[in-house]
Amino acid sequence: MTATIKYDEVEVGQQIEPAEYNVRRVDLVMYAGASGDYNPIHWNERFAKTVGLPDVIAHGMYTMAQGGRYVTDWAGDPGAVVDYGVRFSSMVVVPDDDQGATIRVSGVVEQKLDDNKVVVVLTAKSGDSRVLSKARAVVRLA
Amino acid sequence: MALNRDFVGRTYVSPSTYEVSRVKIREFAAAIGDPNPIYRDREAAKAAGHPDVIAPPTFPIVFTLTGAGEALSDPDLGLNYAMVVHGEQRFEYVRPIRAGDELVCASTITEIRSVGRNEMLTVRSDVTTVEGEAVCTTYNTIVERGGAA
Repeated sequence: MTATIKYDEVEVGQQIEPAEYNVRRVDLVMYAGASGDYNPIHWNERFAKTVGLPDVIAHGMYTMAQGGRYVTDWAGDPGAVVDYGVRFSSMVVVPDDDQGATIRVSGVVEQKLDDNKVVVVLTAKSGDSRVLSKARAVVRLA
Repeated sequence: MALNRDFVGRTYVSPSTYEVSRVKIREFAAAIGDPNPIYRDREAAKAAGHPDVIAPPTFPIVFTLTGAGEALSDPDLGLNYAMVVHGEQRFEYVRPIRAGDELVCASTITEIRSVGRNEMLTVRSDVTTVEGEAVCTTYNTIVERGGAA
Protein backbone atom coordinates (compact mmCIF):
# COMPACT_ATOMS: atom_id res chain seq x y z
CA MET A 1 0.00 0.00 0.00
CA THR A 2 1.45 3.32 -0.93
CA ALA A 3 -0.60 6.20 0.34
CA THR A 4 0.85 9.45 -0.95
CA ILE A 5 0.20 11.38 2.26
CA LYS A 6 2.96 10.86 4.83
CA TYR A 7 2.09 10.07 8.42
CA ASP A 8 4.90 12.29 9.73
CA GLU A 9 3.57 15.28 7.80
CA VAL A 10 0.03 15.01 9.17
CA GLU A 11 -1.02 16.73 12.39
CA VAL A 12 -4.01 16.24 14.63
CA GLY A 13 -6.59 18.92 13.84
CA GLN A 14 -5.47 19.21 10.23
CA GLN A 15 -8.35 20.08 7.91
CA ILE A 16 -8.75 18.32 4.61
CA GLU A 17 -9.86 20.43 1.64
CA PRO A 18 -13.67 20.12 1.33
CA ALA A 19 -15.19 18.65 -1.83
CA GLU A 20 -18.63 18.64 -3.45
CA TYR A 21 -20.29 15.71 -5.19
CA ASN A 22 -23.35 15.94 -7.37
CA VAL A 23 -26.09 13.32 -7.26
CA ARG A 24 -28.79 13.16 -9.92
CA ARG A 25 -31.53 10.61 -10.57
CA VAL A 26 -29.38 8.90 -13.22
CA ASP A 27 -26.62 8.39 -10.63
CA LEU A 28 -29.11 6.57 -8.41
CA VAL A 29 -30.23 4.39 -11.30
CA MET A 30 -26.59 3.48 -12.00
CA TYR A 31 -25.98 2.83 -8.33
CA ALA A 32 -29.07 0.64 -8.07
CA GLY A 33 -27.83 -1.44 -10.98
CA ALA A 34 -24.25 -1.77 -9.78
CA SER A 35 -25.11 -2.45 -6.14
CA GLY A 36 -28.22 -4.57 -6.65
CA ASP A 37 -30.29 -2.34 -4.34
CA TYR A 38 -33.46 -1.77 -6.33
CA ASN A 39 -35.55 -0.38 -3.49
CA PRO A 40 -38.01 1.91 -5.38
CA ILE A 41 -37.59 4.73 -2.83
CA HIS A 42 -34.34 5.43 -4.74
CA TRP A 43 -35.87 5.84 -8.20
CA ASN A 44 -39.67 5.96 -8.03
CA GLU A 45 -41.12 9.25 -6.77
CA ARG A 46 -44.67 7.92 -6.69
CA PHE A 47 -43.61 5.02 -4.49
CA ALA A 48 -41.36 7.17 -2.28
CA LYS A 49 -44.31 9.45 -1.50
CA THR A 50 -46.65 6.60 -0.69
CA VAL A 51 -44.26 5.49 2.08
CA GLY A 52 -44.05 9.00 3.54
CA LEU A 53 -40.85 10.30 1.98
CA PRO A 54 -40.70 13.83 0.51
CA ASP A 55 -39.33 12.57 -2.82
CA VAL A 56 -36.81 10.05 -4.18
CA ILE A 57 -33.87 9.77 -1.79
CA ALA A 58 -30.29 8.70 -2.52
CA HIS A 59 -29.09 5.30 -1.36
CA GLY A 60 -27.30 5.85 1.94
CA MET A 61 -24.51 3.79 0.40
CA TYR A 62 -24.19 6.25 -2.47
CA THR A 63 -23.57 9.04 0.04
CA MET A 64 -21.20 6.82 2.00
CA ALA A 65 -19.33 6.07 -1.22
CA GLN A 66 -18.81 9.81 -1.81
CA GLY A 67 -17.32 10.08 1.67
CA GLY A 68 -15.13 7.10 0.84
CA ARG A 69 -13.99 8.75 -2.37
CA TYR A 70 -13.14 11.88 -0.43
CA VAL A 71 -10.89 9.88 1.91
CA THR A 72 -9.27 7.73 -0.80
CA ASP A 73 -8.55 10.79 -2.95
CA TRP A 74 -6.85 12.40 0.05
CA ALA A 75 -4.87 9.28 0.98
CA GLY A 76 -3.79 8.61 -2.61
CA ASP A 77 -4.45 4.86 -2.41
CA PRO A 78 -7.91 3.37 -1.75
CA GLY A 79 -6.15 0.38 -0.18
CA ALA A 80 -4.97 2.65 2.62
CA VAL A 81 -8.48 2.74 4.12
CA VAL A 82 -8.55 0.04 6.80
CA ASP A 83 -11.81 0.99 8.50
CA TYR A 84 -14.71 3.17 7.39
CA GLY A 85 -18.02 3.56 9.16
CA VAL A 86 -20.96 5.98 9.13
CA ARG A 87 -24.40 6.58 10.55
CA PHE A 88 -27.01 7.82 8.08
CA SER A 89 -28.48 10.75 9.97
CA SER A 90 -30.58 12.42 7.30
CA MET A 91 -31.81 11.76 3.79
CA VAL A 92 -30.35 13.18 0.59
CA VAL A 93 -33.47 14.18 -1.34
CA VAL A 94 -32.85 14.04 -5.09
CA PRO A 95 -35.26 16.16 -7.17
CA ASP A 96 -36.20 15.23 -10.71
CA ASP A 97 -34.22 17.97 -12.44
CA ASP A 98 -30.85 18.38 -14.14
CA GLN A 99 -29.10 19.66 -11.02
CA GLY A 100 -30.03 16.93 -8.58
CA ALA A 101 -28.61 17.33 -5.09
CA THR A 102 -25.16 18.22 -3.81
CA ILE A 103 -23.26 16.39 -1.09
CA ARG A 104 -20.54 18.50 0.55
CA VAL A 105 -17.85 16.59 2.38
CA SER A 106 -15.19 17.94 4.70
CA GLY A 107 -12.79 16.16 6.99
CA VAL A 108 -10.34 16.61 9.80
CA VAL A 109 -7.55 14.43 11.18
CA GLU A 110 -8.83 13.63 14.64
CA GLN A 111 -6.20 11.27 15.97
CA LYS A 112 -2.85 9.69 15.13
CA LEU A 113 -2.61 5.98 15.93
CA ASP A 114 0.26 3.47 15.88
CA ASP A 115 1.43 1.79 12.69
CA ASN A 116 1.15 4.98 10.57
CA LYS A 117 -2.63 5.03 10.97
CA VAL A 118 -4.74 8.15 11.43
CA VAL A 119 -8.42 8.70 12.21
CA VAL A 120 -10.23 11.04 9.83
CA VAL A 121 -13.64 12.36 10.90
CA LEU A 122 -15.92 13.37 8.04
CA THR A 123 -18.80 15.80 7.81
CA ALA A 124 -21.24 15.35 4.93
CA LYS A 125 -24.06 17.80 4.29
CA SER A 126 -26.78 18.19 1.72
CA GLY A 127 -28.46 21.57 1.91
CA ASP A 128 -28.60 22.35 5.63
CA SER A 129 -28.88 18.71 6.67
CA ARG A 130 -26.05 16.69 8.03
CA VAL A 131 -26.50 13.46 6.07
CA LEU A 132 -23.77 11.40 7.74
CA SER A 133 -22.91 11.38 11.42
CA LYS A 134 -20.26 9.40 13.27
CA ALA A 135 -18.49 9.21 9.90
CA ARG A 136 -15.01 8.01 10.61
CA ALA A 137 -12.23 6.43 8.58
CA VAL A 138 -8.97 4.88 9.70
CA VAL A 139 -6.31 5.33 7.04
CA ARG A 140 -2.79 3.89 6.94
CA LEU A 141 -0.49 6.57 5.61
CA ALA A 142 2.99 6.30 4.11
CA MET B 1 -45.10 -5.15 14.13
CA ALA B 2 -42.00 -5.85 16.25
CA LEU B 3 -39.29 -7.93 14.63
CA ASN B 4 -38.88 -11.51 15.80
CA ARG B 5 -35.97 -11.54 18.29
CA ASP B 6 -35.51 -15.29 17.74
CA PHE B 7 -33.48 -14.34 14.66
CA VAL B 8 -30.66 -12.82 16.75
CA GLY B 9 -27.59 -15.06 16.57
CA ARG B 10 -28.59 -16.79 13.35
CA THR B 11 -25.80 -17.09 10.76
CA TYR B 12 -26.32 -17.40 7.02
CA VAL B 13 -23.41 -18.52 4.85
CA SER B 14 -23.59 -17.44 1.23
CA PRO B 15 -24.60 -20.50 -0.81
CA SER B 16 -22.07 -19.72 -3.53
CA THR B 17 -18.75 -17.89 -3.52
CA TYR B 18 -18.47 -14.36 -4.86
CA GLU B 19 -15.87 -13.99 -7.61
CA VAL B 20 -14.53 -10.45 -7.78
CA SER B 21 -14.02 -9.39 -11.39
CA ARG B 22 -12.26 -6.36 -12.86
CA VAL B 23 -15.42 -5.64 -14.84
CA LYS B 24 -17.62 -5.50 -11.71
CA ILE B 25 -15.13 -3.29 -9.87
CA ARG B 26 -15.04 -0.91 -12.84
CA GLU B 27 -18.85 -0.87 -13.03
CA PHE B 28 -19.17 -0.13 -9.31
CA ALA B 29 -16.52 2.61 -9.46
CA ALA B 30 -18.40 4.19 -12.39
CA ALA B 31 -21.68 3.99 -10.47
CA ILE B 32 -20.21 5.93 -7.52
CA GLY B 33 -18.68 8.42 -9.96
CA ASP B 34 -15.11 7.68 -8.92
CA PRO B 35 -12.53 7.88 -11.75
CA ASN B 36 -9.61 6.54 -9.65
CA PRO B 37 -7.32 4.49 -11.99
CA ILE B 38 -6.50 2.02 -9.18
CA TYR B 39 -10.05 0.65 -9.68
CA ARG B 40 -9.57 0.23 -13.44
CA ASP B 41 -5.97 -0.08 -14.52
CA ARG B 42 -3.82 -3.00 -13.39
CA GLU B 43 -0.61 -1.05 -13.93
CA ALA B 44 -1.87 1.82 -11.76
CA ALA B 45 -2.87 -0.70 -9.09
CA LYS B 46 0.55 -2.38 -9.27
CA ALA B 47 2.27 0.99 -8.99
CA ALA B 48 0.33 1.47 -5.73
CA GLY B 49 1.56 -1.91 -4.47
CA HIS B 50 -1.45 -4.11 -5.29
CA PRO B 51 -1.31 -7.35 -7.32
CA ASP B 52 -4.39 -6.34 -9.36
CA VAL B 53 -7.09 -3.66 -9.38
CA ILE B 54 -8.71 -3.23 -5.98
CA ALA B 55 -12.31 -2.40 -5.09
CA PRO B 56 -13.61 0.82 -3.47
CA PRO B 57 -14.01 0.63 0.34
CA THR B 58 -17.81 0.34 0.11
CA PHE B 59 -17.78 -2.41 -2.58
CA PRO B 60 -18.65 -5.33 -0.23
CA ILE B 61 -22.23 -4.02 -0.06
CA VAL B 62 -22.63 -5.70 -3.47
CA PHE B 63 -22.40 -9.22 -2.05
CA THR B 64 -22.55 -9.10 1.76
CA LEU B 65 -26.31 -8.67 1.95
CA THR B 66 -27.10 -11.72 -0.15
CA GLY B 67 -26.83 -14.16 2.75
CA ALA B 68 -28.68 -11.94 5.17
CA GLY B 69 -31.25 -11.20 2.47
CA GLU B 70 -32.54 -14.72 2.91
CA ALA B 71 -33.21 -13.99 6.60
CA LEU B 72 -34.59 -10.52 6.02
CA SER B 73 -37.20 -11.81 3.57
CA ASP B 74 -38.29 -14.63 5.90
CA PRO B 75 -41.94 -13.88 6.78
CA ASP B 76 -41.28 -15.09 10.35
CA LEU B 77 -38.96 -12.12 10.92
CA GLY B 78 -41.81 -9.69 10.22
CA LEU B 79 -39.81 -7.04 8.35
CA ASN B 80 -41.76 -4.63 6.14
CA TYR B 81 -39.14 -3.93 3.46
CA ALA B 82 -41.03 -0.87 2.14
CA MET B 83 -40.35 0.90 5.45
CA VAL B 84 -36.65 0.04 5.59
CA VAL B 85 -33.92 2.67 5.46
CA HIS B 86 -30.22 2.21 6.04
CA GLY B 87 -29.14 3.20 9.56
CA GLU B 88 -25.43 2.51 9.88
CA GLN B 89 -22.70 0.84 7.88
CA ARG B 90 -19.10 -0.01 8.57
CA PHE B 91 -16.30 -1.81 6.67
CA GLU B 92 -13.28 -3.12 8.53
CA TYR B 93 -10.44 -4.34 6.34
CA VAL B 94 -7.63 -6.82 6.83
CA ARG B 95 -6.61 -6.11 3.24
CA PRO B 96 -8.30 -4.55 0.19
CA ILE B 97 -10.61 -6.67 -1.95
CA ARG B 98 -9.04 -7.22 -5.37
CA ALA B 99 -9.93 -8.66 -8.74
CA GLY B 100 -9.55 -12.42 -8.72
CA ASP B 101 -10.64 -12.87 -5.12
CA GLU B 102 -13.08 -15.70 -4.57
CA LEU B 103 -14.95 -14.78 -1.41
CA VAL B 104 -17.16 -16.50 1.11
CA CYS B 105 -19.52 -14.44 3.25
CA ALA B 106 -21.01 -15.52 6.58
CA SER B 107 -23.68 -13.10 7.84
CA THR B 108 -24.92 -13.12 11.42
CA ILE B 109 -27.84 -11.15 12.82
CA THR B 110 -26.12 -9.71 15.90
CA GLU B 111 -28.78 -7.39 17.30
CA ILE B 112 -32.43 -6.37 17.02
CA ARG B 113 -33.60 -3.46 19.14
CA SER B 114 -36.33 -0.82 19.30
CA VAL B 115 -35.35 2.83 19.14
CA GLY B 116 -38.38 5.03 19.65
CA ARG B 117 -40.96 3.93 17.07
CA ASN B 118 -38.36 2.20 14.91
CA GLU B 119 -36.87 -1.28 14.83
CA MET B 120 -33.12 -1.59 14.23
CA LEU B 121 -31.43 -4.76 13.03
CA THR B 122 -27.67 -5.29 12.71
CA VAL B 123 -25.96 -7.86 10.52
CA ARG B 124 -22.24 -8.62 10.77
CA SER B 125 -20.71 -10.24 7.69
CA ASP B 126 -17.36 -12.00 7.89
CA VAL B 127 -15.72 -12.12 4.48
CA THR B 128 -12.93 -14.59 3.79
CA THR B 129 -11.32 -16.07 0.70
CA VAL B 130 -12.16 -19.67 -0.21
CA GLU B 131 -8.70 -20.51 1.15
CA GLY B 132 -9.80 -19.11 4.54
CA GLU B 133 -7.86 -15.84 4.52
CA ALA B 134 -9.78 -13.10 6.39
CA VAL B 135 -10.38 -10.10 4.12
CA CYS B 136 -12.93 -7.84 5.79
CA THR B 137 -15.81 -7.62 8.23
CA THR B 138 -18.83 -5.47 7.53
CA TYR B 139 -21.55 -4.22 9.87
CA ASN B 140 -24.93 -3.25 8.44
CA THR B 141 -27.73 -1.72 10.50
CA ILE B 142 -31.13 -1.23 8.93
CA VAL B 143 -34.03 0.74 10.36
CA GLU B 144 -37.64 -0.26 9.90
CA ARG B 145 -39.56 3.00 10.28
CA GLY B 146 -42.54 2.68 12.56
CA GLY B 147 -41.80 -1.02 13.12
CA ALA B 148 -41.94 -0.75 16.92
CA ALA B 149 -45.03 1.43 16.98
